[in-house]
Amino acid sequence: MSIEIKNIKKRFGDFTAIDGISLHVPAGELVALLGPSGSGKTSLLRIIAGLELPDEGTVLFEGEDATLRRARDRGVGFVFQHYALFRHLTVFENVAFGLRVRKAGRPSESEIAKRVNGLLDLVQLAPLARRYPSQLSGGQRQRVALARALAVEPKVLLLDEPFGSLDATVRLELRRFLRRLHDEIRVTSVFVTHDQEEALEVADRIVVINRGRVEQVGSPEEVFDHPATPFVMSFLGHTNIFHGRIEGGKARLGSLTVDAPELSDASAVSGFVRPHELEISRTNGKPGGVWTTLVHANPAGALVKLDLSDSEGRPLQAVVSRDFFRLLEVRAGEALYVRPRSVRIFAATSSEEPLSFLGEAI
Amino acid sequence: MSLSHQAVHVFPLPVSRAGAESSAVRRVLVFVAVSFVALFVAVPVAAVFAEGLRRGAGAYFAALRQPETLSALWLTGVTTVSAVLANLLFGLAAAWAVSKFAFRGKNLLLTLMDLPLAVSPVVAGLVFVLLYGKQGWFGPILSEHGLKVIFAPPGIILATIFVTFPLVVRELVPVMEACGTEQEEAALLLGATGWQVFWRVTLPNVKWGIVYGVILCSARAMGEFGAVSVVSGHIRGVTNTLPLHVEILYNEYQFQAAFAAASVLTILSLLAVASRHVAEWRAKSAETSRKDR
Amino acid sequence: MGLTLGYLAFIVILPLSALVLKAAAMGPAAFAAAATSPRVMASYSLSLKTAVLAALVNGVFGFVVAWVLVRYPFPGKKVVDALVDLPLALPTAVAGIVLTTLYAPGGWAGKALLALGVHVAFAPAGIVVALVFVGIPFVVRSVQPVLENLEADVEEAAASLGADRLQIFLRVVLPSLLPAWLTGLALAFARGLGEYGSVVFIAGNLPMKTEIAPLLIMTKLDQYDYEGATAIAVVLLAVAVTFLLFINGLQRLSSRRGAAV
Repeated sequence: MSIEIKNIKKRFGDFTAIDGISLHVPAGELVALLGPSGSGKTSLLRIIAGLELPDEGTVLFEGEDATLRRARDRGVGFVFQHYALFRHLTVFENVAFGLRVRKAGRPSESEIAKRVNGLLDLVQLAPLARRYPSQLSGGQRQRVALARALAVEPKVLLLDEPFGSLDATVRLELRRFLRRLHDEIRVTSVFVTHDQEEALEVADRIVVINRGRVEQVGSPEEVFDHPATPFVMSFLGHTNIFHGRIEGGKARLGSLTVDAPELSDASAVSGFVRPHELEISRTNGKPGGVWTTLVHANPAGALVKLDLSDSEGRPLQAVVSRDFFRLLEVRAGEALYVRPRSVRIFAATSSEEPLSFLGEAI
Repeated sequence: MSLSHQAVHVFPLPVSRAGAESSAVRRVLVFVAVSFVALFVAVPVAAVFAEGLRRGAGAYFAALRQPETLSALWLTGVTTVSAVLANLLFGLAAAWAVSKFAFRGKNLLLTLMDLPLAVSPVVAGLVFVLLYGKQGWFGPILSEHGLKVIFAPPGIILATIFVTFPLVVRELVPVMEACGTEQEEAALLLGATGWQVFWRVTLPNVKWGIVYGVILCSARAMGEFGAVSVVSGHIRGVTNTLPLHVEILYNEYQFQAAFAAASVLTILSLLAVASRHVAEWRAKSAETSRKDR
Repeated sequence: MGLTLGYLAFIVILPLSALVLKAAAMGPAAFAAAATSPRVMASYSLSLKTAVLAALVNGVFGFVVAWVLVRYPFPGKKVVDALVDLPLALPTAVAGIVLTTLYAPGGWAGKALLALGVHVAFAPAGIVVALVFVGIPFVVRSVQPVLENLEADVEEAAASLGADRLQIFLRVVLPSLLPAWLTGLALAFARGLGEYGSVVFIAGNLPMKTEIAPLLIMTKLDQYDYEGATAIAVVLLAVAVTFLLFINGLQRLSSRRGAAV
């Protein structure tokens, strides 16, 4: 089932949670709502579920207005951040709940058992059917919550920070599990997260939300490689920021100068460069780079993070492969030539105007 | 009156607490605490039974079999059941409204609900005399229709409901608040109707709160004296509750009979306290054993 | 919601406003005369003094009981813990007659105390004894949960910073227990001020000497002096409401403190 959201607004007292969001989720997609806490992403999810009413705007399911439809009539499966499992019911009964409360067309006892056991197999919890939620680990509870939401065969699956309260390894495992599960059952799914890595790994499409507005919608590659705003740029991974201005078709960003023939003169711009987009060498290679000093090299797994500092003492971060780092044979305090492969230029940070220009350094 | 049920069960702490008191200090403190409780609670309770049995078991049971004692016991039972039912129904509705919704005047409402705990029982009785008594607001209307509230069982029940009014709510509100609203939202999204959510999710979650509230409410209802004394009129065999009957016997110098009747009330209140503690202990051990498995 | 408000109005608000309106109808002069006659003033003063004294006794011993129940293991602890609740469940009339029997000149405790020259029954001291009994649960049950939730690591942190046991108690433990302790004191005091059943038997009820305010209401009612009873009741109600607001304030303070840690 597709979801269409049109110009939704929601205020809580003086706080504007959602400031006019429109969004289309095609049937069968797995979409991530990504944003910092307080950005309005959870409120949006709760409005889709019917747990909150929007002040303005409409929600359409499969083209039909569902804005005022009651939560229990929406056919929505919801997985809560803290699972919200019924503490007084066993795992089996938690999953069976949605079937048992059905007024019309309640399945027979044997059918309920079949359905529930099937779902427990799907989430690999069949041996724990008789346990109570308090006897389960966080990851297990999360999977019960998922099975419970799926038991009513929802047309839409909504997940609020589904991995938020799990430890790192379980998180990783469950992320892949959710991706596989979605590939299997193909139900339209929306999940909320503040973790960009999670969104990039799991989602078909990412909706980046900030201060109650959509910053960008796109595939993981699109939002990561072609961020539409400085916010998206800096929220999805670390960036180096250079401040400066545009003069006669050139961006002068401190020690960097970037060709920007399409941009008219502007007094304040910022250039963004990701750490892995910095070319590092020990000799002065192509023009357009700067000399820096290595402050500290921090090996993190297959990559090495380099803390650098330019001639004026401004910090820079670069990432290189371990092998490449070995070839460099560099030690702290020694000089490195750094040249950005590409720079994204936006009108000075915090401004909403995206100049969005990808310039090659000169 | 913060008798929150979490309060009572106590886990012994490891002795290795940082800078813990010396064992001499501990012993003195334990001695002081135990003596205080023994002197002010245990001894009086024991004395009730000692006085009641002073002339032997025969006299004890003879005193209990007096028709007036039995009818007082009956009225106390009826009053207690009515008050508990009324306050349980109200308590559920009120606790639900207070803990699941945010609205203006919520604090005022909570304070108003606590008021009967702070009001002197005699004042509680008086207000009902002023309302329903002969010279009261509704007195003339009531007597026109031949209804009697004051100096009759309805007045006793009303005054008892007033005095025990907050006891169930106070137990339920914290438990309901602690449960939050997520489980109910989950049930709604799974297709449950409002009633189904209430019966299948809300109620089971506050089960122990209800048990504690009902126990506390029953104990207070059966023992209420001041308020009931004002509205009862002390008509023997008709409007005498057991506590009032105890007073009458005592004032007539029938000490042994008074203590025999008092011992029934004492046994009931001991049962109430014990069942509450046992329930608490079981609720807690059920919780921990689930976690341990 | 509607049910809640309706029930609340019927059981609590309507009766209490009847009381206030009745007092208002008396007119200020008659009200003042009824509420401040010498016999009534003496009863306020007695109620106030005995309630304060009983609350203080409970403040000290209740604190020790709560402390011991939370901190130290000892045999019979569960029984002591349960007994603390008993004064709430035991009918006040039962407490009244048994305490009177114990402390009367011929009773077990009364005899011993009389030998020391102390009159308890039929004297103000007897009222204090009864009020101590009914007030026991309040301080214990207010302090106990807060003490239980007091994290051991806070005290350990203080110890690691070089504080000795007494300093830890005075500077760390006591301040965090203060709102709860005050709440317990206030509750015990409020209960003592309005208490009737356990006191009437032991007090002796001599006008101007051992006649508490709630008893005086009762006496006036027996004489069909509804106005006199109402005037005293309004004064007691006003004090009760003030205390309730005070207690609610304290509890909000203590829960805010709890949340801030």
